[in-house]
Amino acid sequence: MKDTDIKRLLYTHLLCIFSIILSVFIPSLFLENFSILETHLTWLCICSGFVTAVNLVLYLVVKPNTSSKRSSLSHKGTRFLKCCIYFLTSCFSFHVIFILYGAPLIELALETFLFALILSAFTTVPCLCLLGPNLKAWLRVFSRNGVTSIWENSLQITTISSFVGAWLGALPIPLDWERPWQVWPISCTLGATFGYVAGLVISPLWIYWNRKQLTYKNN
Amino acid sequence: MQKASVLLFLAWVCFLFYAGIALFTSGFLLTRLELTNHSSCQEPPGPGSLPWGSQGKPGACWMASRFSRVVLVLIDALRFDFAQPQHSHVPGEPLVSLPFLGKLSSLQRILEIQPHHARLYRSQVDPPTTTMQRLKALTTGSLPTFIDAGSNFASHAIVEDNLIKQLTSAGRRVVFMGDDTWKDLFPGAFSKAFFFPSFNVRDLDTVDNGILEHLYPTMDSGEWDVLIAHFLGVDHCGHKHGPHHPEMAKKLSQMDQVIQGLVERLENDTLLVVAGDHGMTTNGDHGGDSELEVSAALFLYSPTALFPSTPPEEPDVIPQVSLVPTLALLLGLPIPFGNIGEVMTELFSGGEDSQPHSSALAQASALHLNARQVSRFLHTYSAATQDLQAKELHQLQNLFSKASADYQWLLQSPKGAEATLPTVIAELQQFLRGARAMCIESWARFSLVRMAGGAALLAASCFICLLASQWAISPGFPFRPLLLIPVAWGLVGAIAYAGLLGTIELKLDLVLLGAVAAVSSFLPFLWKAWAGWGSKRPLATLFPFPGPVLLLLLFRLAVFFSDSFVVAEARATPFLLGSFVLLLVVQLHWEGQLLPPKLLTMPRLGTSATTNPPRHNGAYALRLGIGLLLCTRLAGLFHRCPEETPVCHSSPWLSPLASMVGGRAKNLWYGTCVAALVALLAAVRLWLRRYGNLKSPEPPMLFVRWGLPLMALGTAAYWALASGADEAPPRLRALVSGASMVLPRAVAGLAASGLALLLWKPVTVLVKAGAGAPRTRTVLTPFSGPPTSQADLDYVVPQIYRHMQEEFRGRLERTKSQGPLTVAAYQLGSVYSAAMVTALTLLAFPLLLLHAERISLVFLLLFLQSFLLLHLLAAGIPITTPGPFTVPWQAVSAWALMATQTFYSTGHQPVFPAIHWHAAFVGFPEGHGSCTWLPALLVGANTFASHLLFAVGCPLLLLWPFLCESQGLRKRQQPPGNEADGRVRPEEEEEPLMEMRLRDAPHHFHAALLQLGLKYLFILGIQILACALAASILRRHLMVWKVFAPKFIFEAVGFIVSSVGLLLGIALVMRVDGAVSSWFRQLFLAQQR
Repeated sequence: MKDTDIKRLLYTHLLCIFSIILSVFIPSLFLENFSILETHLTWLCICSGFVTAVNLVLYLVVKPNTSSKRSSLSHKGTRFLKCCIYFLTSCFSFHVIFILYGAPLIELALETFLFALILSAFTTVPCLCLLGPNLKAWLRVFSRNGVTSIWENSLQITTISSFVGAWLGALPIPLDWERPWQVWPISCTLGATFGYVAGLVISPLWIYWNRKQLTYKNN
Repeated sequence: MQKASVLLFLAWVCFLFYAGIALFTSGFLLTRLELTNHSSCQEPPGPGSLPWGSQGKPGACWMASRFSRVVLVLIDALRFDFAQPQHSHVPGEPLVSLPFLGKLSSLQRILEIQPHHARLYRSQVDPPTTTMQRLKALTTGSLPTFIDAGSNFASHAIVEDNLIKQLTSAGRRVVFMGDDTWKDLFPGAFSKAFFFPSFNVRDLDTVDNGILEHLYPTMDSGEWDVLIAHFLGVDHCGHKHGPHHPEMAKKLSQMDQVIQGLVERLENDTLLVVAGDHGMTTNGDHGGDSELEVSAALFLYSPTALFPSTPPEEPDVIPQVSLVPTLALLLGLPIPFGNIGEVMTELFSGGEDSQPHSSALAQASALHLNARQVSRFLHTYSAATQDLQAKELHQLQNLFSKASADYQWLLQSPKGAEATLPTVIAELQQFLRGARAMCIESWARFSLVRMAGGAALLAASCFICLLASQWAISPGFPFRPLLLIPVAWGLVGAIAYAGLLGTIELKLDLVLLGAVAAVSSFLPFLWKAWAGWGSKRPLATLFPFPGPVLLLLLFRLAVFFSDSFVVAEARATPFLLGSFVLLLVVQLHWEGQLLPPKLLTMPRLGTSATTNPPRHNGAYALRLGIGLLLCTRLAGLFHRCPEETPVCHSSPWLSPLASMVGGRAKNLWYGTCVAALVALLAAVRLWLRRYGNLKSPEPPMLFVRWGLPLMALGTAAYWALASGADEAPPRLRALVSGASMVLPRAVAGLAASGLALLLWKPVTVLVKAGAGAPRTRTVLTPFSGPPTSQADLDYVVPQIYRHMQEEFRGRLERTKSQGPLTVAAYQLGSVYSAAMVTALTLLAFPLLLLHAERISLVFLLLFLQSFLLLHLLAAGIPITTPGPFTVPWQAVSAWALMATQTFYSTGHQPVFPAIHWHAAFVGFPEGHGSCTWLPALLVGANTFASHLLFAVGCPLLLLWPFLCESQGLRKRQQPPGNEADGRVRPEEEEEPLMEMRLRDAPHHFHAALLQLGLKYLFILGIQILACALAASILRRHLMVWKVFAPKFIFEAVGFIVSSVGLLLGIALVMRVDGAVSSWFRQLFLAQQR
C-alpha cells in the first residue's frame, strides 16, 4: 500500500520535473532568440505556467486527498475563486518580503513580481492543490509532527527546499564575477527552480528510506 | 565577591583578545624602514664622476641648476579634472557644466598661448591619499606606508632626506605660507613662514586669505629662493560641500586668480609649479585609492621656453613622486637619498631651440644621475633590512650595470651615439620603473610568525569563550580558582619574560610581553578546564549551535574572505538579519508555539479561539517579525556607498542639513529630525511609564522626566544653528558660534550628569510604606492585594518581592500585637532593565549629536528595532524559574548582526575616507589646537556609536524575557472565566516576579551574565578572527590594502569598543543588583525598628 503510494508520488514528481525541462526547450521552438538568461522574464512566465498546469492536472488525475465532502458547482466555484485570491495574495506578499529583504523598491518591480510569481508557483500552487484554501491546514503541515500523509510530507520538503534555494540564490549577487546570471532576480529564480527540483527528487527518496520510521496519524 | 570575579573573568578574556589583536597587527600592518642617510653635494651618488664636471660652477651640485627660484603652489585636493582644459564644445553634444569644470581658465590660456613654456600633467598619486602622506612623498620622493595613515592627527617631523632639507643645507631661503602641517613636518626649516590652522575643515577661507595677504608682498620683496604656498580652501570645500557645490566654483576661480597673479609676477629664472597633492571622490573625501582620489593635477610653467615640443592632446600621466628628482636637479640640488621617483625627462631637453642630440644626451645624463641615486638607495636599504626580494634586486642591479656601462661607453665614443642614445634612455627608465615597482611590492612586508601567533591567540581566546560559556551555567563552575590561577600565571610569565629580556638586554616589546602573558595564563586555564570539565563530558556539547544558526554564522564568517562581500556587507548584513528574524519566527511556528494563529484565520476559525492559548499568539510574533524587517529595510535607506561600486548611489540623507540648498526642503527635514528626536524621547518615557518606573521619585527618573527633554531641546537648537549657520546675519555670527560651542557641550554634560545620577541611585522603585494599613488588615499577606489606589491600576504593575513576603510573614506574625506593617514596592520587576534603558538613552543622545541631523531617524529605528527584536527573542525563550538562566545563541548572534547593520545605516563604511571627520568639530567649532586625543575620541565615538550602544545594551537580552512575563500574564487575564487560567496557581498569576526571579537565584544570575558576556565576546571574537585570517591568507590579494586591511582595523577597534561597552553594561547591571540588595537591607532594617 505504502510502496505504491511512494511510486505514485515519484511519478508525479518526475512529471513536474519534466514540465520544467519542457519549459526550457519548448519555447525555443516557437520563439526566436529564446534563452533562459537573456529572455529570462519570458521563461519565468512560461515555467510558472507549466508548473501550475502540471500541478493542477496531477491534482485532478491523482486526487491525493479524498476529503471533499460537498461537490456542488457553486462550492467548487467559490473554492476556485478563493484559490485564485490566495495565489495572488501569496504573490504580493512574496513581493513585499523580497523588498523587505533588500530588493529595489521601484526599479525592476516587474522582475521582482515575476520572481514572486514563480516562487508562488513552486510553493503556493502545490499547497492549494493538496490542502485547498485552508490556512489552518497549511500551518499544520509546516510545523513539527504536523504532516498526515506522504503527500503532505513531500509538499513540506519541496516547499522548504524551494525557499532555501531562492535564499541561496541571492548569495552570489554581490560577487564581482560579472556573470549574466548574477543580475537580480535571475540567480534567485534559478536557485528557487533548482531547489524545487531538488525537493522533488529528494522527497520520494527520503520518504522511501524513512518509510519504516514514518507513521502518520491518519494511516 | 562573585560579581567582581565575573567582571574580572570577562576582563581577562578581553585581555586575551587584545593581546591577540596586538600581536597580529604588529605583524600585519606593513612598515618601512626610514633611512636617515642624506645625499650631499660633494659626494656623487655611487661610483663615477658627475657630468660635465659641474662641481666647479657656482650654485650647481650634481647638475648645473636651470632655475634659481621656484614658486610651488600646492592646492590641496586639486583633482586632475579641475584643471583639465575645457575644449570649445562640439555642436550637438550637450554642454557639461559642473561647478568644478573649466574654472582654472588661466592654465588653459597659458597652454594655448605659450605651448613651449607650460605643461599640464595628470600626476598619479600613491595611496593613502591623505595630505600628510602626500607631503612626505612630495618632499622625500618615497612611498609613505599604510600605517602612517592614522597619524594625520599628530604628524611628526620627517627624518628622511628631503627637498626642504637639501634646500636649507644649500643655503636657499625657503618661504612657506599655508597649511600648518608643514610646521610639524619641517620644524625650523623655513626662513620665513606663515602657518594657518589646517584642521578646521569647515573653514574655507582663513588659510587661503592668509596666504593671499602675504603672497604677493613676499614675492615682490625678493627675499626668497623657494616660495611654497599651500592652499586648503578647495579641499575644505570638498569636505564640507563636495565638488558639486557652487562654492567649489568660487574657490577654484579664486585659485585661478592666484595663478594669474603669480604668472604676471614671474621672472625669467623662476619656475612655477602648481600641484594638487591628491584628488577627491565625488563626495569630496579622500584617503583611499579610487581613480578620482589618485589623479591630481600638476602644472609647470616658466617664462623661458622649457619644452622642445608642444603639449600632447591628452596630458601625460606621471607618478607624483617624479616631481622630487626633477625639482632637485632643476634647482641644482642633490636628489634626496630615499627618492624612488623618476625624473621628467622632457624638462631636461633644454628648450625649443636645442639640438635633438644634445637634448637627448642631457636627458640621459639626468636619468643616469637619478638611476645612480636610486641604485645607491636600494643598495643601502637592502643592506639594512631584508625587505626587498633578493632575486628582483639582483635583476635590477644587473639592469643598472648594463645601462650604466652603455652610458659610459656613449660618453666616451660620441660616434654612433645617436642610435644608442634612445636605448640607453629606455634602459635607465626601465630600471627606475622596475625599482619603483619593486618598492611598492615589497613594502607590504609581513611578519608571518607574528601574524600566525596573533591568529592562534585569537582562536584560543574564542575557544575559551566557547568553553567557559558552556561551563558557566553548570553549578560547579569554579569562579575564583579559574580566574585567579590564570591571572597569577600570566603575571608570572610576563615578569619572567621581562626579566629574561632584561638580563640579555634586549628592548622590551609590549606586544610580545602581552602575548607571553596571555599564553602563560591561557595554558593553566586549559589545564584546569581539562581537569575540571573536559574529562567528564563529551566534547560534542561544545558545539551547541542549532543547525540553521550555525549555517548563518558560518556564512557571516565566510563573508570576510571575499572582497566583494566585504564591500557589499552593508547590504548583506540586513539580508542576514532578515533571514535570522524569519528563521526565529518560523522556528517558533515549527515548535508549535504560534498555533493556532487567531488573527490569520479570523473570519472562518473564530470558534477556535477557545482552545488553550500558547504563551504568545502567532500574529504577535509575525507582526514583530514583519515590523523588524520593515525597520531593517528602512534603516537600509541610509546607505553610504563604498567607492568600489560605481553604480551605487549614496543616500542623500547622510549629508548634514547645512549642505542643502533649498530652504523649504531644509525646513521640512529639520522638522522631521526634531520629530524623530521627540518620538525617541516619547518612546522611552512611554516604556518607562508602562513598567511604572517613571513614577519613582528617585533622581534618575526625575532626570528622565526633566533632563531628557532639556537634552532634546539642546540638540534641536544645535541642529538649527548648525544647519543655518551660513545664513545667519553677520551681527549674530558671534552669538551663533558661541551657542554652537556651548550647546553640544551642555547636552554631553547633561548626559554625563544623568549617568552619574543613575550610578548613584540606580534603584527606581516607588515605595509606599504603610499606605494600605486598613486594607491589609483584611488580607493575610500584605502584598497580594491590588494596587492601593484605583488610579495606579491603569499603569502600574504591582510587584512584590516574594522573599520579602516570606521573611515578613514570620516577623508579622510575631509583631502582630503592634499592628501590621506593610510595604508596597512597585516597579521592582523592571528595575534592572529600567536602569539599562535609561543608560542607553542617555548614551544615545550625545552620540546622536555627533552624527548628521538626519541620522536621528536611524537612531529612532535602532531603538525600535532592538525593542522588536528583544520581544521576538523573548517569545522564544522559556523562563526557567529556578534557573539556570541562559541566553540562546541565536539571540546573541542577531544582536551582534544588528550592531553591524546599524554601523552601516548610520552612514559608515569600514574605509578611512568614509570616517566622519565632522564629528571632531561638534562643540569645538574652532578646532582643538594641539590637542589630539579629544578629536580622536569624538570621531571614534561617532564611528563606533552602534558598537557601543549594542554592547552596553547586551544584558537586555537576558532581562527581557522576564519583562515580557508580565505581558503574557496580563493577556492571559483578559478572558476571564477561562478554564486554563483557573488552573494557574493564583500566586503566580497575581505576582509576576519578572526580574526579581533573577534576584531569587543570585548565583544563576551571575553565571548567566558571565555566559552572556562570553557568548557576545565569542561572536565578536570569531568575527575578528575571520578578518585576521582573511587578511593573512589574502595578504597578496589585489584588494588587501583597499578592503581587507581597513576592514580588519575597523573590526579590531570595533571589538575593543564593544568589549569595553559590554563590561560597562554588565557592570551597570551588577551595580543595580548591589543597590537593590542594599535597598532591601534598608527596608528590612526600617521594618525592624
